[in-house]
Amino acid sequence: MNLVINGEEHTGLPAGLTVAALLKHLNLPERKIAVERNLQVVPKSTFGKALLSDGDRLEIIHFIGGG
Amino acid sequence: MASDKLIVAGREFSSRLIIGTGKYKDYAQNAAALEASGADMVTVAVRRVNISKPDEPMLMDFIDPAKVTYLPNTAGCFTGEDAVRTLRLAKEVGGWNLVKLEVLSDPKHLYPDMEETLRAAKLLIDDGFDVMVYCSDDPVFARKLEDMGCAAIMPLGAPIGSGLGIQNPVNIRLIVEQTKVPVIVDAGVGTASDATVAMELGCDGVLMNTAIAEAKDPIQMARAMKHAVIAGREAYLAGRMPRKKYADPSSPLAGLI
Repeated sequence: MNLVINGEEHTGLPAGLTVAALLKHLNLPERKIAVERNLQVVPKSTFGKALLSDGDRLEIIHFIGGG
Repeated sequence: MASDKLIVAGREFSSRLIIGTGKYKDYAQNAAALEASGADMVTVAVRRVNISKPDEPMLMDFIDPAKVTYLPNTAGCFTGEDAVRTLRLAKEVGGWNLVKLEVLSDPKHLYPDMEETLRAAKLLIDDGFDVMVYCSDDPVFARKLEDMGCAAIMPLGAPIGSGLGIQNPVNIRLIVEQTKVPVIVDAGVGTASDATVAMELGCDGVLMNTAIAEAKDPIQMARAMKHAVIAGREAYLAGRMPRKKYADPSSPLAGLI
């Protein structure tokens, strides 16, 4: 399965991945981030059951310093 | 003074100083400056995680959002739709509803694009956000934003990052006099006296980033800003003496030997 994550193509990911599994795979802490999938926010409460599909475009964001 | 709190959209803040989290040497210095400033609200930006470096330090490791209110901003958004998209994601990180809207224009002056700011504010308010809005120091636009339902009006004192101080005190005062929600000078403060001037004009608070982050000693400057905001607020509440054209002796002239 291929995904576009933060504008970059990621190929060869296992099919049937949930958002939670992807975050674990990427070693990212759920608490500090938010995920958008094909322009829709994925609620944190659904990370565990939100199945990703081939070609999904994801944005994974966090807070950084700003004014 | 104990009850003189800043209240924005029903939330109470003990400090009238809001600080940014950009431009610091590192997050540790930022956290130390925050502590010294006494602020209980910080602005933060929303950006992509660097997924190739998941172990990079994150802001939330240094500034605890359970103790300090995060005010996500829309820096980098040039349309209302971008702002809504960004803040919906920010909200999902930790449920933040109170946000800072800034829709900028030309990088040379970073003035707000007021036409797009008005449109974005409407979209965000309709989406359920409490919007603190960065705006020009124009009382007409400020009124429109307040009428629309913005939670705080945040006119610039001078261009972002310029440190030039309050360039148009007449307009800031006009905005203060006509506005019922908090008025917070956002941008332009360079040193402590600038923050005091803003507060003496009757502003409800001051938001600053560069003045602290780019001081030679950011932690000492953060402490100076804390005192400056308190001094300005107290002077405003105390009510200054009238300006006079001529001297008026402080020691009585009667009873001289």
